[in-house]
Amino acid sequence: MKWEVVIGLEVHVQLNTVSKIFSGSSTAFGAEPNTQASVVELAFPGVLPVMNKAAVEKAIRLGLALNAEINRKNVFARKNYFYPDLPKGYQISQMDHPIVGPGTLAIQVGDSEKLVRVTRAHLEEDAGKSLHEEFVGMSGIDLNRAGTPLLEVVSEPDMCSADEAVAYARALHTLVTWLGICDGNMQEGSFRVDANVSVRPAGQAELGTRREIKNLNSFRFLQQAIEYEIQWQIDTLEDGGRIVQGTVLFDPDSGETRMMRSKEDAHDYRYFPDPDLLPICLSEEQIERVRGEMPELPGAMKARFVEAFGVSAYDAALLTSSRELAAYFEAVAQATGEGKLAANWVNGEIAARLNKEGLAIGDCPIAAARLSELVRRIADNTLSSKLAKQVFEALWTSELSVDAIIERDGLKQVSDVGAIEKMVDEALAANPKAVEEFRAGKEKALNALAGQVMKASKGKANPAQVQEILRQKLG
Amino acid sequence: MSLTHQDVARIAQLSRIAVTEAEIEAVGAQLNNIFGLIEKMQAVNTDGIEPMAHPQDVSLRLREDVVTETNHRDAYQAVAPLVEKGLFLVPKVIE
Repeated sequence: MKWEVVIGLEVHVQLNTVSKIFSGSSTAFGAEPNTQASVVELAFPGVLPVMNKAAVEKAIRLGLALNAEINRKNVFARKNYFYPDLPKGYQISQMDHPIVGPGTLAIQVGDSEKLVRVTRAHLEEDAGKSLHEEFVGMSGIDLNRAGTPLLEVVSEPDMCSADEAVAYARALHTLVTWLGICDGNMQEGSFRVDANVSVRPAGQAELGTRREIKNLNSFRFLQQAIEYEIQWQIDTLEDGGRIVQGTVLFDPDSGETRMMRSKEDAHDYRYFPDPDLLPICLSEEQIERVRGEMPELPGAMKARFVEAFGVSAYDAALLTSSRELAAYFEAVAQATGEGKLAANWVNGEIAARLNKEGLAIGDCPIAAARLSELVRRIADNTLSSKLAKQVFEALWTSELSVDAIIERDGLKQVSDVGAIEKMVDEALAANPKAVEEFRAGKEKALNALAGQVMKASKGKANPAQVQEILRQKLG
Repeated sequence: MSLTHQDVARIAQLSRIAVTEAEIEAVGAQLNNIFGLIEKMQAVNTDGIEPMAHPQDVSLRLREDVVTETNHRDAYQAVAPLVEKGLFLVPKVIE
């Protein structure tokens, strides 16, 4: 039987405020346990939450970037559950009136673009951490993380493969870091993904029973977990079994998902409006001010790169995967007027080398100005692409300028017609057999001859000119 | 509406409040009184009235994003029943 996969994602985006959502405690990561937990997070009797303005405005930023409705009036609700990492006995969240309503996010899968609908995004507080290993019969509770502002972004079930789900998660990750509302650090839990996965026979209208994979903190685990889950559900159904709705955990060591709790055991959260917090009312002025402070969005920048610099949509998508990378490319493209060449070098040599050495673009030893010199010297035929790669090596490992490296290593391309003609004549004289073959119609023989000329020039002859002069002389 | 014995036991369980078998009837009666009151309120015609999220019709005041709290862990943990290595200890709970 042919199966169809349906996936929706819920992403917890940790907002990068310096203080917590409802108190003036620090949100800095890695502090000694409970040194950043105030009476608000500890839920002492009589304390009241006071809302952080920056968290509200960061949520508005994402809403605007998703072309979503911003709810002018949005309301906090209590989500009740009993667990020691949340001493109040409830999480402050938003239920019926989230700050961000329906919007969309464009994702790129291979060569095609797809628009994924976003259902909503709501503000809430994070819980603390429980440590179960260290103590016999007891759990240790650290409430430093409790009260950290989260924006939970919920998608419609619009994705139909693990690749699409990962593309969506990546696009959202790019967007929240681009907007400067989240540090994007997945190891530290700043961007956590839950995936709702179901399968149904191809063509069936109603959805299959879904299972939710919780807390995936890397794109690789997201991909693996969804792929495993899809196969597990299909195998189960084809063996005549049925899927029980519930929550599952992914074990990275075994690569498997396993049931955590079924729907029957699901919490009854008993949501109700939080009487401690009044509704947030947003004015047009506030929303427009936030809009005015936003950077150019990756989608708009991508379109502009295609339009202004003539790069392919694929290259433009890679170049706009982060704001730093986009700025780096734009600086080179603007300085040289060579958009395509700049894109090839940024997405090619630079990306490969950064990746190999585990560096981010911000740590790139070749600043945009130096790469611009290199691109200029390729464009004006001083360097062939082969020589340019040699210069690139030297640029990476030294502080020298491009021209200084060309001078030092004698890498200047030879484009002098007389000099090349002389080398061509020598090559023709030394290889009569190849000349004969070419005249007999063997096109490949020309490459052999060109190779001889290049060798004689120590790789410095202008390859296009060599070909041209060879053809003239043989023609 | 009337809560059954089972409903009351489930609510008590969700709220983590220990209610003995003997108490369930009394608690159930109290809860049913509250539901009776709610029923009366629900009889009022509210057509065309927008529900309020809060009894006061004012909007939330927002604070600037600044760290104002300092570390008072020792004072807070002095009243905790059990503490080790800066962590609060609670009976083991694993979900």
